[in-house]
Amino acid sequence: MKASQSLHRLARAATTPSTSRLSKLPILCAHQRSPYSTHPPNARLNLPIDYSTTPLLCHSTDSALDSPELPSHVKNGSTKRMNLFQAINDALATALTQDENVLIFGEDVSFGGVFRCTMKLAESFGSDRVFNTPLTEQGIMGFAIGVAAQGMRPVAEIQFADYVYPAFDQLVNEAAKFRFRDGACGRSAGGMTVRMPCGGVGHGALYHSQSPESLFTHIPGLRVIMPRSPLQAKGLLLAAIRSNDPCIFMEPKILYRAAVEQVPTTVYTLPLSKAEVLKEGSDVTIISYGQPLYICSAAIQRVEEDLGISIELIDLRTLYPWDKETVFRSVQKTGRCIVVHEAMVNAGVGAEVAAAIQENPDTFIRLEAPVQRVAGWSIHTPLLFEKFTVPDVARVYDSIKKVLEY
Amino acid sequence: MKAPLRRVAGNQARGPLRAVPHQLPVRYSSSFAQRQGSSHVSFPGAVKSAFTSDMKFALSAENPALPTYRVVDQDGKIVDQSFEQDLSDEEVVRLYKNMLIVSIMDVIMFDSQRQGRLSFYMVSAGEEALSVGSASVLAKEDVVFCQYREQGVFVERGFALGDFMNQLFANKKDPGRGRNMPVHYGSRELNIHTISSPLATQIPQAAGAAYALKMQRVNDPSLPPRVAAVYFGEGAASEGDFHAALNMAATRSCPVIFICRNNGYAISTPTLEQYRGDGIASRGIGYGIDTIRVDGNDIWAVREVTKRAREMALQDGGKPILIEAMSYRVSHHSTSDDSFAYRARVEVEDWKRRDNPLARLRKYMEAKGIWDETKEKESRERIRKDVLKAFSEAEREKKPPIRAMFEDVYEELTPDLISQMRELSQHLDKYPNEYDLGSFEGGKSSLDS
Repeated sequence: MKASQSLHRLARAATTPSTSRLSKLPILCAHQRSPYSTHPPNARLNLPIDYSTTPLLCHSTDSALDSPELPSHVKNGSTKRMNLFQAINDALATALTQDENVLIFGEDVSFGGVFRCTMKLAESFGSDRVFNTPLTEQGIMGFAIGVAAQGMRPVAEIQFADYVYPAFDQLVNEAAKFRFRDGACGRSAGGMTVRMPCGGVGHGALYHSQSPESLFTHIPGLRVIMPRSPLQAKGLLLAAIRSNDPCIFMEPKILYRAAVEQVPTTVYTLPLSKAEVLKEGSDVTIISYGQPLYICSAAIQRVEEDLGISIELIDLRTLYPWDKETVFRSVQKTGRCIVVHEAMVNAGVGAEVAAAIQENPDTFIRLEAPVQRVAGWSIHTPLLFEKFTVPDVARVYDSIKKVLEY
Repeated sequence: MKAPLRRVAGNQARGPLRAVPHQLPVRYSSSFAQRQGSSHVSFPGAVKSAFTSDMKFALSAENPALPTYRVVDQDGKIVDQSFEQDLSDEEVVRLYKNMLIVSIMDVIMFDSQRQGRLSFYMVSAGEEALSVGSASVLAKEDVVFCQYREQGVFVERGFALGDFMNQLFANKKDPGRGRNMPVHYGSRELNIHTISSPLATQIPQAAGAAYALKMQRVNDPSLPPRVAAVYFGEGAASEGDFHAALNMAATRSCPVIFICRNNGYAISTPTLEQYRGDGIASRGIGYGIDTIRVDGNDIWAVREVTKRAREMALQDGGKPILIEAMSYRVSHHSTSDDSFAYRARVEVEDWKRRDNPLARLRKYMEAKGIWDETKEKESRERIRKDVLKAFSEAEREKKPPIRAMFEDVYEELTPDLISQMRELSQHLDKYPNEYDLGSFEGGKSSLDS
């Protein structure tokens, strides 16, 4: 199904590729300098995201501990610089330490995982609690449901979200419906959490780029979560593992190494089904989740400078059941709304958000422009053309202008 | 000279919580450097394979079919001379009566579906010994996963006639709260997971459950040793989940007993169109799973085999076992199926007459002098009355509250579900005569609370 070589390469390259690598190969002409598209010389909007300065990451201890969602004992604690995979590793180690019912398994998790998320866990917690499975997604999922049905808390890994489909029957017909059909017997697969790396990575093409979240948001019984940062990943993953509903935890793999911030070292959770207002504003609401939030943030900076307006940015965090109240409140204030996601536009999360906004009478009457969606085109992710399908700063920038000019 | 074939993990770093007693052997490819003049393959993928200069394909047709173990023949005579009845005569009679319950309930419920009093039913005629027999030697704490044709497992573990009827009529006493089709039974008390329609999905779940049982005992050694048992048909064994389950159970050393009911048909599909190997049993060996084939019409053989399988499953830190129980689906697949559209009536009649699990145990009991025609008649009459009584009681009960349709999707009602419940309630206020509200517990009011 997948060549392991390509996996390792993806794992290592899950960050913006460096062009200054020493090489014995002949130096290419300037116009064909890199096989990866970086950015054109005259670009003003589509510049690489600078994760070291983005306001969406907590670059200082103070900002990391500032969140009103953190309890006081966490606020008084220390922080540590972590990237996304380290924060996930920290959350998994915490879960294993706190609850002997937690088990972690999937393809290649023992040696640390192809993205390093399970580093040292097998050594520290024993190979009975952290282990490799045969290469079978439906087996991993069925096994996890069985483990959860006996009251334990399995954290199963699907190596790439692109490979979750063999497990779809188990997720849709079994995990999601287990509690419902068991009724008064009260058993469920709720202890289960399924982690999967998702999203574009610049060169993942058809089967290492997908964002299938809307397929899961159409399944009653599942909670679908996507963090945008290390701090968030730790809190949300711990909340997902402790949740008594089966959770799909989608990790934007491009952020594994790129997103680095101060993360509280103490144990904490962040609430599920609660959106976060990242930046207050009064003219337009932008709703997004995962990596495109950084794109939105960059576009907002530009457009606010250029037009002197103010934009509200909301991170959904949980994609289902999602926080309608926060979204409605914001759109009632701004009257304009844009939804941004990487997954293709048709029947995506944006469709659900836009429909809910127009369906809510109090929000509908405040709308001053149609809700816009900036999302992937309705195509598969093509290797060479990823830059043209994944939402970028220019497309979000233009969408903001359109929604203002309507 | 033999190279070390397996390096067993020694004192690896242990988890901070407690020591883990059972470690899987570790097999690194670096342990298998090919030696000069070696007589065996030293690739990591097959470590005990001798080289040969005789090119010969393994021909599947040359393998003799795996034998079918039986204790008692079709005339009720003991053929395994080592067999000793491990039950009191009263208990033998109890097993027989449990098989009778399944058989009599089947006929009554099949007919009541035909009369339109029930939406659906599936009988298990011909497979009563298989389900009652295997369940009778599992421990009460063992966790069971079923496909849907295992009424005997439920009866044997203590599911009462009323429990069956409440589920079949989806009344307010149905633990499934009226959500599932008939025959999708489940019981927490009896450690049987609720049946779901998708075939074979329960097989890898049973492997996972077995692993959980093993780990729970590691965490709390005061727990009794437990296995998971999972039932499925030979048709379901063609699903990918069967493959996934056996492979996962073997590699993770899960104490699970896979019990395949090979009854010759998957709806209309005969086994010749289901597989070309030697049934399901021959596959177990390929997964490294100890396997046996048994005569599913012989309750004694099924019991002996399952008893032994349970012991073996708990050995060596836990391991899976595969049992293929051969039988014949005497009945139609379900009430939605007329099996004479694809098989001859005479074939079925032959099976009923020639080899029937109930008749076999009856002959055994009659030869022992613990059963006779009078007892048979009395028992049948008694069970018939009990079934009809449970039937009419269940049929009279109200349906579960309408609210039950929104609950248990998540642990708690979500804001979406609360608002949808309100929406339905307002709709019913507007169009009360368009719906049959009175038959549901509390009528419309359950939506307002």
